[in-house]
Amino acid sequence: MTLLTTVFAAIITTILWYKNAPKNEMKLGTLALMYWGASLMWMVDAIAEFIELKSAYFTPEPADMLNDLFLGLSVVALGLIIWLIILIIKDPKGVVRASFMKNKN
Amino acid sequence: MACFIVPAVEAVVTTIATKVVKSKETKSENLEISLDSKDTESVEASKKVPFSHKLGWLNNLLWGGSGLLAFEHLWHGEVVPWFPFLTAAGNPTDAAEMLHEMSTVGVGMAGLVTAVWLGMVAVSSAMEKKSDAMEEPSDDSLEEA
Repeated sequence: MTLLTTVFAAIITTILWYKNAPKNEMKLGTLALMYWGASLMWMVDAIAEFIELKSAYFTPEPADMLNDLFLGLSVVALGLIIWLIILIIKDPKGVVRASFMKNKN
Repeated sequence: MACFIVPAVEAVVTTIATKVVKSKETKSENLEISLDSKDTESVEASKKVPFSHKLGWLNNLLWGGSGLLAFEHLWHGEVVPWFPFLTAAGNPTDAAEMLHEMSTVGVGMAGLVTAVWLGMVAVSSAMEKKSDAMEEPSDDSLEEA
């Protein structure tokens, strides 16, 4: 469930990045790569788990599924927080800088 | 258990490599401009995606992936904010299992991410070559002119 949630986040972010390309003002490429990196790593984890559990991997307990979904959503939220911090620090549109200058004046 | 450590270590190495490559690229760019500012090659080179930028893709993949996986380990109580930070490192049996997981799943994660990045670099290089070939006039057309 965590893998699925992250893969969907990666796909949606990639679509948004493509829609805004070639402009990269929102640094969506960074967010997409972050989600893809996590998705690829969880895919390896899932393969290792499948080798261990065989078909039981596809029939998880409902409580485990809910916990994994909750974790997946938390991971997506954490990714968005990291991306927001990067966006504010790099400030590609100069919005943060401009607002500080405005306050100074 | 601690599989995210392997891609995180690779991320540290690639980040350092990116800084080194970027400084070399900046130096060579400055040299080209100072040698001959009318040289069209330096202008053409700027159309290509610099290798440091391509390394940046790998950095984002590795840092993003290992960071989010570290959060998952924190969620499951496998990473703690006090020494030795990894609960499995507390006893030898769990430590051996952790090292086994790092050498199999961890290396697999780092390998897959790197393989995907190599694919991205290959596609990007092929596209650059294709656009170069389309822009360059053929010998025949030069002779005709």
